[in-house]
Amino acid sequence: MSLNIVVLAKQVIDPEMPMSAFQVDRENRQVVTPANIPPVVNGFDENAVEAALRIKDTQDATVTVLSMGQSFALDVMKKPLSMGADSLVLLQDEAFQNTVDSFTVAQVLTAAIRKLGDFDLIIAGRQASDWDNAQVPLAVAELLDLPSITIGKKVEVGDGRVNVERQTPEGTEIVEAPLPAMVTVSNELGQPRYPTLRGIMAATRKQPTIWSAQDLGVNTSKLQHQVETVDLYLPTTDKECEVIQGEDEADSGRLLALKLREAKLI
Amino acid sequence: MADSTGILVLGELENSSLTSTAKELLAAGRILADSLDQKLSIGIVGADLEPSAQDAIAHGADQAYLVNNALLSEYQPELHLAALSHICRQAGPSIILMGRTESGRELAPRLAVRLGVGLAQDCLEVSIDPDSKRMIALRPVYGGNAMAAVVCTGTPQIASIRPKAYEPLEADPSRHGETVSLDLDLDPSMARVKLVERVEEESEGVQLETARIVVAGGRGLGGPAPFKDLEVVAKLLRAGIGASRAAVDAGWVPPPWQIGLTGKTITPDLYITVAISGASQHMAGCSGAKVIVAINKDSEANIFKEARYGVVGDWKKVLPAFTETLRELVE
Ligand SMILES: Cc1cc2nc3c(=O)[nH]c(=O)nc-3n(C[C@H](O)[C@H](O)[C@H](O)COP(=O)(O)OP(=O)(O)OC[C@H]3O[C@@H](n4cnc5c(N)ncnc54)[C@H](O)[C@@H]3O)c2cc1C
Repeated sequence: MSLNIVVLAKQVIDPEMPMSAFQVDRENRQVVTPANIPPVVNGFDENAVEAALRIKDTQDATVTVLSMGQSFALDVMKKPLSMGADSLVLLQDEAFQNTVDSFTVAQVLTAAIRKLGDFDLIIAGRQASDWDNAQVPLAVAELLDLPSITIGKKVEVGDGRVNVERQTPEGTEIVEAPLPAMVTVSNELGQPRYPTLRGIMAATRKQPTIWSAQDLGVNTSKLQHQVETVDLYLPTTDKECEVIQGEDEADSGRLLALKLREAKLI
Repeated sequence: MADSTGILVLGELENSSLTSTAKELLAAGRILADSLDQKLSIGIVGADLEPSAQDAIAHGADQAYLVNNALLSEYQPELHLAALSHICRQAGPSIILMGRTESGRELAPRLAVRLGVGLAQDCLEVSIDPDSKRMIALRPVYGGNAMAAVVCTGTPQIASIRPKAYEPLEADPSRHGETVSLDLDLDPSMARVKLVERVEEESEGVQLETARIVVAGGRGLGGPAPFKDLEVVAKLLRAGIGASRAAVDAGWVPPPWQIGLTGKTITPDLYITVAISGASQHMAGCSGAKVIVAINKDSEANIFKEARYGVVGDWKKVLPAFTETLRELVE
């Protein structure tokens, strides 16, 4: 029997972009999408794609990538397909512009997962690098009444159960749950695979399925935002750095130690 | 829940005592309760809760809700969630505060959905808007590149607070409060997620979270070997040792060393960084450090915007002399 895996993935502003390019539009409480820097698939979601593909490497499985947004960069969102995912479903609607409210996003994703039908496992990144909410996967799990396991670094499936090695602040833990289940993964899972040439070719031929709110039977007027952003601004620091400079680098190191003693820090 | 009132802190226990995060939440909750002129309660679950309830009252709570059940003495997400949502329904608060701890990360989003409301996640500060009387929560977003002020539109309003964002109040043993024991039938079969095994990594040195001094290295160290040099510094200063995510991802040091948004939050008096650029996601874990020191060869690196003292230079040349001088000073 083939295992149906759904991966939740979000398109985000590249978090590795230079800090100087990061700007907010305070009036509209939005981050300005930088003009010349293409978006990326959220890093932890690429880990989620990788986790799904590692399962697919060892057993018969279908990997469907599901994403919600307003305007997608198709070449970016096709990356999971070129890594080896089977299909891509984009939930795209004018009404989906506010992806800040995790509750709303989870409701839309849940409707889409129900529409997809049978699934055994949902894998998602632990959080999105834009709003750092770390809520959507757990909210979806709650709405679908699924057991959830977070911050996985190794995900295995067998005998109707998912077995997850998870990262904790002290070390690791092995945790299990019956399928269907939700698992979130983290960067400790390891580097996502690079798309192969064959994968890229296959991805160019595949077209994503696009569903609007109406396709999902979601009444957008009922999607009330539960969390509202009332202000958004760049943090300021008033810290002054005292640069210690000796005759050479070694001397600077020596002076730094003396400085810390003088400041009674050591 | 139109007549919802009161602030409810959901506190965690460790070895049967209230965690410091729970006491921090009480400090935050006290401020909200006083500005709204409402009661501050704590909800705790587990076994043998009476001493913790008294401790919570000494740390600012007016009232404690307890769910005593042996099934709750070990953390199990589904059973704990059931108990916490039971407390929330019984207490009917206007505001709920949780810690963005390991278990809070798992429980808070599910709890919010179960209560039909949205969650303000990972907040540094909460306050009451004088006009609307609603809670305003300040949270870093985009890895700390921006700050957002958010309000929850539903009731109860619920926020998770980053550990160490608040200082616990001084314990006042003369404070009195009532404790309310809630009955809850828990069915062990609700526990679908099962812990199979726990592997704690041996950490010989000083604990990062509580260390007074922390030394950390980044990608610029170039490999695992230079961390041995940092360990020498850490030993001399009796400091904890950590790393940036880049060093962890490279496999040079284990994940529990990671400091930052998705790693540990540290609040030392002195934080010495070596070859770390100071990305906002790293600073998210150490912005509570009193004094940051940077050794970095790039004078434009962001870390110098956050540091109190810095040396612009190659660590290979700076560190040996720094270490030798430290040795002379401390020995
Ligand atoms: C969602 C998300 C979560 C994240 N969470 C975390 C987190 O929890 N913790 C974290 O740390 N990061 C986190 N990151 C990653 C973060 O954005 C940075 O990529 C990372 O912190 C960079 O690590 P670094 O400073 O060691 O490396 P780099 O940014 O590469 O910096 C290396 C520095 O070393 C200096 N250097 C190089 N050679 C020398 C030399 N010989 N002498 C002196 N200096 C030298 C360079 O000038 C440079 O400044 C996260 C990212 C995302 C998107």
